[in-house]
Amino acid sequence: MNQGNAKSDPAGSTWDGEVVRVLTCGSVDAGKSTLIGRLLFDLGLVADDQVTALERDTRRTRFAFEGMDFSLLLDGLEAEQQQGITIDVAYRYIRTAARKLIIADTPGHEQYTRNMACGASVSDVAIILVDAQKGILPQTRRHTLIANLFGVRHAILIVNKIDAVDYSEPAFDTITRQFAQYAGGLDYKSVVSIPVAALEGENIVKRTGSTPWYRGPTLVEYLDTIDITRERMTRAMRLPVQSICRTEGTRAIAGTVASGTLRVGDLIGISGTKIETRVARLLGPSGDRPFAVAGESVMALFADEVDLSRGDMLHGPDDRPVFADQFSGRLLWMSEEHLVPERSYLLKIGTRTVPVSITKIKHQIDVDTGAHIARTFLGLNEIAECNFSVSVPISLDSFNKYPETGCFILIDRTTNDTVGAGTVMFALRRATNIHPHRFEIDKRLRASAKGQEPVVIWFTGLPGSGKSTIGNLVEQKLYAVGRHTYLIDGDNIRGGLNRDLGFTEEDRVENIRRAAELARLFADAGLIVIVALISPYRADRRQARELIGDGEFIEVFVDTPIAVCRERDPKGLYAKADRGELSNMTGIDQPYEAPEHPEIRLTTADKTADELADQVIEFLRERRAISLA
Amino acid sequence: MSQKLPSHLAALESEAIFILRETAAELSKPVLLYSIGKDSSVLLHLALKAFFPAQPPFPLLHVDTNWKFREMISFRDDTARRLDLELLVYTNRDGLDRGINPFDSGSSLHTQIMKTEALKQSLRLHGFDAAIGGARRDEERSRAKERIFSLRSAEQGWDPRRQRPELWSLYNCRLQTGESLRVFPLSNWTELDVWEYIRCEDIPVVPLYFAKARPVIERDGMLIMVDDDRIRLRPDEQIVSRSVRFRTLGCYPLTGAVESSATTVDDIIVELSASRQSERAARAIDNDEIASMERKKRDGYF
Repeated sequence: MNQGNAKSDPAGSTWDGEVVRVLTCGSVDAGKSTLIGRLLFDLGLVADDQVTALERDTRRTRFAFEGMDFSLLLDGLEAEQQQGITIDVAYRYIRTAARKLIIADTPGHEQYTRNMACGASVSDVAIILVDAQKGILPQTRRHTLIANLFGVRHAILIVNKIDAVDYSEPAFDTITRQFAQYAGGLDYKSVVSIPVAALEGENIVKRTGSTPWYRGPTLVEYLDTIDITRERMTRAMRLPVQSICRTEGTRAIAGTVASGTLRVGDLIGISGTKIETRVARLLGPSGDRPFAVAGESVMALFADEVDLSRGDMLHGPDDRPVFADQFSGRLLWMSEEHLVPERSYLLKIGTRTVPVSITKIKHQIDVDTGAHIARTFLGLNEIAECNFSVSVPISLDSFNKYPETGCFILIDRTTNDTVGAGTVMFALRRATNIHPHRFEIDKRLRASAKGQEPVVIWFTGLPGSGKSTIGNLVEQKLYAVGRHTYLIDGDNIRGGLNRDLGFTEEDRVENIRRAAELARLFADAGLIVIVALISPYRADRRQARELIGDGEFIEVFVDTPIAVCRERDPKGLYAKADRGELSNMTGIDQPYEAPEHPEIRLTTADKTADELADQVIEFLRERRAISLA
Repeated sequence: MSQKLPSHLAALESEAIFILRETAAELSKPVLLYSIGKDSSVLLHLALKAFFPAQPPFPLLHVDTNWKFREMISFRDDTARRLDLELLVYTNRDGLDRGINPFDSGSSLHTQIMKTEALKQSLRLHGFDAAIGGARRDEERSRAKERIFSLRSAEQGWDPRRQRPELWSLYNCRLQTGESLRVFPLSNWTELDVWEYIRCEDIPVVPLYFAKARPVIERDGMLIMVDDDRIRLRPDEQIVSRSVRFRTLGCYPLTGAVESSATTVDDIIVELSASRQSERAARAIDNDEIASMERKKRDGYF
């Protein structure tokens, strides 16, 4: 049989390129088809006879001086759509010099949210197109938000038709700034903008010289170098068990490493049990191997006889998943039949399928504005934050940190249709065996004795941003008008209640949890509670909000640029960190995740602390949290 | 242990293995549709790897139209014997009895009866609830939007409106009585990926893929190989010897050869990289009419 002698032929060594999955968003008006057509053409992927046909068709449809119509290169999906043929997500495959691109394209407007979510869930990068003449539109924000909610962590804004605004650098800068500001409030790891003239091909594959002021990469240069795998490999290990293989007396588990690295000899645990064992042997698709990284399928054999079955989650010793039966998450509803809270659906998460019900729709997220809307049911293509209750405890990871294991779908138990898709935000560790005694005197009575409404005013921001200073002034102003208050800050809880906690990520999470519980009790006592904590993680602040209740939780983002904080440095922390004497400092070597939708945003750069405190008081007055005499 | 795969092939391989294992874990009676071509060869290779050291937990099924190239049939039987796999071969007896053939019945009816109908009959006969196939999204335009797990009704029809949204790698494999799934582990592979994988993994393929002097006739703009004496020459047709190979394999009277001098996998990869023709251009059945594949799929074609 003729097999060729590939391996012995040095010239025949196989091309090697990382797979990058790309979502394209933008209307046809923004020039999406032209962009992709131009990309194919400039990469030399268009056949000679197609070029000839293109020149002919272009002459038929356009004036010669406009150049070739590259949108004609696409394979007629738009035409199919006109014939009433359903297209949800269409995939194209393009090779650049260094990468294999899998492009998910979601044409059409019908079912747009659902289709975009499907494309986004399998994509690393989103290409978001805008027309330079029109700038950022509501749909741009919608695309950017949906892509991010379903897992895209890198955004490329293509400012197309830059030729139509005379290759104007200021026009590009304005759009770039607006976009960066919006995307900056979301969970993107990288956001770039590229000025493009798709018709002439500027900055797609080549530079034609018409935007000499632009110093960044072309679209293809960017796609060829973007790093999308390292992060997945360095997270803690997760391996959902797919199946058990028994052969020749051995028992192996089959599965794909979802995140991190699994090595022979590693200690692994099974979520929800105290069982631990070591990896005795790893078989990759091509035989024994010493380790496997995220994305690789393996068979693993263990040192001990352990009882495992499909659906179990294996994890390494660090950063274990939470094992719980309730969680908070975001849900996209994809069925024409409304989502009914408390109705039983099936939840498929990892390799596990269990009954689930939605216990509460916390709020719908308006995909155009990001606003929260109170709802009692959910309709087709609506996205909401909900609480979920599963029939048995399951392994839970937050989607932010573990996108591979923190996602799920919902299945209708009668039709078997996939009716929802969502992401885990955090587990709800509700104490299930404690039945609180109902006291006769409740929060409302306690508060009314003080003539006030209890609220929790939660200040968050970088170290040195001014949280405590402003919080202090707010408390003074409230005290001056006879309000009953309490201020919780790092200094008064870390010295006592939280003395046992350090500054690692886990300890910070616990620190916030306890502070939130404390604030809840004080609010229950009828007090106006002021919390001033860095509280760097969005998920934890969300959990505090969840605990205290949306109506009583007021998030105040003290928005001070890090340069200003560093200059102020009231506690000398930045100086210490710079000298290397302080590790785990937020803003230096620990991230600070700015709030997406704080009730109040205080920009401190141009106002006095007193003015800012007044801003908070004014908000409380509008909320009728305090009725000042 | 073979040498390390290029990263795109390693990623595609892992994805396909995950899909195969998911199918075996969630469905009660899957089958691998083995059509003998290069994609089936890759699919079978992946199935062997996915369950190694155990054998794949499903049999192979070949729907034989009775018009496949002879070399395909001998390759098929050798492969099943060499790997010690269960191979089911199904032919639509009723179609044969009615004398359906590509010449008198036309390509469209022949395909409908001997392929589409035969496939449905065989799946029903054995009660398979999932048929794993080697179709790729880059093959043809209407495949670009196909799901990896594609739902078929109890009548085995494909209703575009009932296809389930697919997010992440969370495939919904739940079925109601009579429904079945078609599963496509090679969805994200291109023709070039397939050949590169064949090269890296040394996967045997039918020799018809490699150029050789073969007896051909020119018919309706295609080069048709004279594989046996059923060809029925038209008065103006002459059998000539040309150096040809096949990019896809099907029923020999319906499968056009391409002129080529590619005699090795390396040559094919070089040829493909410079290729100016789409892969299925030489398949008569796709050129019937616009959106023909879409219509065939609704009828239950693979």
